[in-house]
Amino acid sequence: MVPVLLILIPLMAGLATFFFKNEKAVRSWALFSAIITLVISVLGLTLLKEEKYLQHSCEWIQTIGSRFSVKLDGMGQLLCLLNAVAYPLVILATWNSPYKKSNNFFALMLLAQAGIMGVFLATDALLFYFFWELALIPMYFLCSQWGGERRIAVTFKFFIYTFIGSLLMLVGLLYIYSKTADHSFSIESFYSVVLSNKEQSFVFWLIFVAFAIKMPIFPLHTWQPDTYEQAPTATTMILSGVMVKMGVFGLLRWLFPVLPFASFQWGDFITSAALIGVIYASLIAIQQNDLKRLVAYSSIAHIGLMCAAAFSQNESGLQGLILQMFNHGINIIGLWIVVELIERQFGTRKISELGGLAQKAPALAILLVIVALANIALPLTNAFPGEFLMFNGIFSSLTKYYLWFTLMAGMGIILGAVYTLNMIRRVFYGNTNELTVATQDIKWNEKLALGIIVIIIFWLGVYPQCMLNEITGVTEPLLKKFEILRYTAVPK
Amino acid sequence: MQNVLQIVYLIPLLPLIGFLINGLGRKHLSKSMISVVGCGTILASFVLSIWVFLQVKDGNTHVANYFDFISVGALKIPFAFQVDQLSSLFLLIITGVGFLIHVYSTGYMKEEKTEHFGRYFAYLNLFIFSMLLLVMGANFVIMFIGWEGVGLCSYLLIGYWFKKTEYNMAANKAFIMNRIGDLAFLIAIFWLIAKVGSVSYSEVFSAANLAKLKAIDITVITMLLFVGATGKSAQIPLYTWLPDAMAGPTPVSALIHAATMVTAGIYMIARSNLLFSMSHITMDIVAYVGLATALLAATIALKQNDIKKILAYSTVSQLGFMFLALGCGAYTAAVFHVMTHAFFKALMFLGSGSVIHAMGGEQDIRNMGGLSKKLKITFITFLIGCIAIAGIPPFSGFFSKDAILLSAFEKSPVLYSVALFTALLTAFYMFRLLFITFTGKFRGTQEQEHHLHESPVSMTIPLIILAVLSIIGGFVGIPEVFMPGADKLGEFLSPVIASHGEHTVSHSTEYMLMGLSTGLVILMIIFAWIKFKNYQRSEATGFGKVLENKWYVDELYEKIIVNPLNKLGNFFSSIFEKSVIDNMVNGVGKIVNYGSRQMRLLQSGQVGNYVLLMVVSMVLIFVIQFFLRK
Amino acid sequence: MPINYYIFLALALFSIGIVGVLTRRNAIIIFMCIELMLNAVNLLLVAFSKMHYLKNVAADAATTTGTDGQLFVFFIMVVAAAEVSVGLAIIVMMYRNIHSVDVNFLNRLKH
Repeated sequence: MVPVLLILIPLMAGLATFFFKNEKAVRSWALFSAIITLVISVLGLTLLKEEKYLQHSCEWIQTIGSRFSVKLDGMGQLLCLLNAVAYPLVILATWNSPYKKSNNFFALMLLAQAGIMGVFLATDALLFYFFWELALIPMYFLCSQWGGERRIAVTFKFFIYTFIGSLLMLVGLLYIYSKTADHSFSIESFYSVVLSNKEQSFVFWLIFVAFAIKMPIFPLHTWQPDTYEQAPTATTMILSGVMVKMGVFGLLRWLFPVLPFASFQWGDFITSAALIGVIYASLIAIQQNDLKRLVAYSSIAHIGLMCAAAFSQNESGLQGLILQMFNHGINIIGLWIVVELIERQFGTRKISELGGLAQKAPALAILLVIVALANIALPLTNAFPGEFLMFNGIFSSLTKYYLWFTLMAGMGIILGAVYTLNMIRRVFYGNTNELTVATQDIKWNEKLALGIIVIIIFWLGVYPQCMLNEITGVTEPLLKKFEILRYTAVPK
Repeated sequence: MQNVLQIVYLIPLLPLIGFLINGLGRKHLSKSMISVVGCGTILASFVLSIWVFLQVKDGNTHVANYFDFISVGALKIPFAFQVDQLSSLFLLIITGVGFLIHVYSTGYMKEEKTEHFGRYFAYLNLFIFSMLLLVMGANFVIMFIGWEGVGLCSYLLIGYWFKKTEYNMAANKAFIMNRIGDLAFLIAIFWLIAKVGSVSYSEVFSAANLAKLKAIDITVITMLLFVGATGKSAQIPLYTWLPDAMAGPTPVSALIHAATMVTAGIYMIARSNLLFSMSHITMDIVAYVGLATALLAATIALKQNDIKKILAYSTVSQLGFMFLALGCGAYTAAVFHVMTHAFFKALMFLGSGSVIHAMGGEQDIRNMGGLSKKLKITFITFLIGCIAIAGIPPFSGFFSKDAILLSAFEKSPVLYSVALFTALLTAFYMFRLLFITFTGKFRGTQEQEHHLHESPVSMTIPLIILAVLSIIGGFVGIPEVFMPGADKLGEFLSPVIASHGEHTVSHSTEYMLMGLSTGLVILMIIFAWIKFKNYQRSEATGFGKVLENKWYVDELYEKIIVNPLNKLGNFFSSIFEKSVIDNMVNGVGKIVNYGSRQMRLLQSGQVGNYVLLMVVSMVLIFVIQFFLRK
Repeated sequence: MPINYYIFLALALFSIGIVGVLTRRNAIIIFMCIELMLNAVNLLLVAFSKMHYLKNVAADAATTTGTDGQLFVFFIMVVAAAEVSVGLAIIVMMYRNIHSVDVNFLNRLKH
């Protein structure tokens, strides 16, 4: 029941939005739909916590053994919640941003939400793929219709890039499908499929590339800064806050349990790439003069860390990762909101043209500083428990390079402080110039959106256990698979 | 009266409430309200701390578990506070000195706008909260939370006057350098989790777990912890942020960068003394790094002209002394020196603040002189501070410094002689500062001279209290040799700090060492008097120039770390990203494009060509099939 | 007459047809060459059919087995006739449009 509603509500609301005429009505309607989705997703976590409410399965494409089966369970539920929390925040924060043909804009946004929900809920490989693409298509139109100057070229790159990944993934999924015992796309059949080591490696790369592009992992990341820069900020918030988590989520749900051996075998290699990406992206972020690109590279760095934690393949790392996926989504949306506010007010994102905002817009400055500090995982903000567990996971992973990996990830933490603090300093501190002397402070709706984010930041920073309780044990089946390998692969 | 230990959470909670009130209400409250809230919450915490201290003194210690902070699988990290001898002593120092500095701040920051006044007190309260978390945490993670929290407050307060770019740069530098240390601390925590499976003090330091640890693990963990401590406590190689941190308001320098935060590293090592005592390698390194820092910073302080910079380097140097004590196993002496240093260094910083206040923001001592006539209270209290830091009996600095020198002597005479030399330098540069500032003729502008005045009561009273403490503070730790059983501090701390055995030095040697150091220090002061009583401005030359430029360490760091990283980042963002990675991606597209362009040429449109191709391919197929058959 | 003679003749005709198609530019001649190739095939079919029939008749006088090839030839001739009518119609159209029957003018396929 709950998962079907989570997909249907944004889908239907989105389709309806196309026919709205009044701009105000469009926004109110979208906000209303987003809030309903949020309420249902919260209900799924609290009141309707019984098995029967949380899953649904019906016939879909029977001839090839694919069913429309969705389930709201441990790994997905935090991400569904993130998706549900993100939309009201985004709509609220961009309330004053003008969009031409806003009915189409919000309709597509809501359709994307439905697609993303589906990705997190699907327990059928074909359905997963279906939603994966469904989420991509509205994004394509959003970026190419409402984006910046270079939108066409950039969106083309984004689309082709992710589409190539998707197709490779489809090939991989079909290969696994052909090897399942009962010729079914259901997650159970996938989990019990037996592949030789060679096959695993081959299929692993087919599927991993799709996830790696989506996350993105160095060196497959170049679509991302361009797209984030050119896309309308509301779309960027969803892209970086929620959509990139699809890649990480895919790893956990569709890759590790299905292909444990290959995931184990290629772990070191991919972790190295991801961590090189962390340092690389951080160093580039320090050099950026464009706020959007800075945040984009910071996002690459954070995702790299998450990928490394995913491949640590132990409880601490994975639990931290799931927690951090949620937290990173919240924090990065907060950062984008600030960027959006600055861009709308001054018409520029160039850091060098800004300065002294703290004098004129103290509320904005304080909220930004909190969000930025959460972004660099200061204790008592939400990112700290997640990163702490992820680091601990990387440190206690079985690879013999664990110390190097931890140090590289740590370098990312230090460099993260460098670019974040530099950004704060150059944009908010110092003296005002001609451009920023007439700065207005933020309005109530933006304050509300950022305020909610700040509350979440502190709540989960002080008491992360309330989230961790929700995800206790969800990684256990996964870890069991690795446990078996551990004793066979590593003589101890 | 056991119940006060049940409400220890109030001690950090009150400053947090103060922070929230002042932070959220900074636009709506009046300055006096803000002062009352700011100081009142700290005073309440101080009162509670005294109460707690009295309880602990009776032997009641307490660990309070509040909730699970992080609990994943076997890893359990409770949000818990531990009140024992060590933390209760630090509680007193933090809330006590913190309160005095809050009171002082109400006078010092009076001219700020109400909004910024509120912001200042909010930060200050947040700092006290974080610092209390740091010392009260019952495990390394809670300590780490406080550890980063104080770093944050330090960052915010150094950059308090955020309009000035160089102040913000100093704030960034402090935060980032601290982060380097923090990373080491964090890795140490992971190491502990991996090897011990817990981060709680009670479990980590239990005998069974200690016995389980391998020697190499202990060395690595303690080394990492020590690297963490070098960041926070400004030791080589991570000390350069502290002098720059003087950009903050002077009371902040007194509170954070002299009395409390920078001693967090000493607290951490004293807290883990059981671990450190098990690794001789680390102990040696701690001692040598501490001594090297003490000496280096003392030499730099000789030639500085900014009143706060001198005090900053003096702080670095004194912290070096404390690390020397830790490295020699004299944890009690280190904690003792933390305490006395908190008194006299806070006193001197506040005194310098009083001077700066009177001079209208001037910090260069070359433009001062003869201030003793106008600023009597400031001068006398400052003099007391100088005597205390120089180590003349019976002022507090004498006892703590003597304990450190003694422990160094026990470890090795070489350490002792270098430490003694550093102590003499300390006396010299402190009295150089005193004489240049307060004696001789006034060298500032007429306007400044006209403006000179003693500070308001809210500023002088904390000075006087601290001066009294600087005089008598040492009596809690009178060495054995004077009065057996008078070392109250050592006795008090003995449950949490492993004793490092009986003194091996005979009483006569001890007397001799004391006499030697005191005598030489007095000579140094006289020398400084002769040299600086009528100070004339002069440019530093030769070696003096090197010292004035702080051994060019900042420039060195800039050259070997900052610049290469910047260049690398620049290379990545403007060259590598665009021409290598993006080219690779676009290259795939280009190859497809090029290939299809070439293929297009086959479509000539000539029917003959098509037919020819058809025939040729059919023949080929026949030929291939013919050969494949075989 | 041995079958070889028929085969060689058919081969020769077919090759002439191919060469004609490849080298000539006049559409009508190309058309005739295609017909030539078709007829080369027809000739072969008839020849082989006859050969098989003779062999089968020797064993069983009443049999018709082996005459399929000759049937095919009729089909091919019918199809060829239909093809000629369509093809000639195209050529007429072509002549009307470009006043030439040179296939090299027909290079519009490129675009």
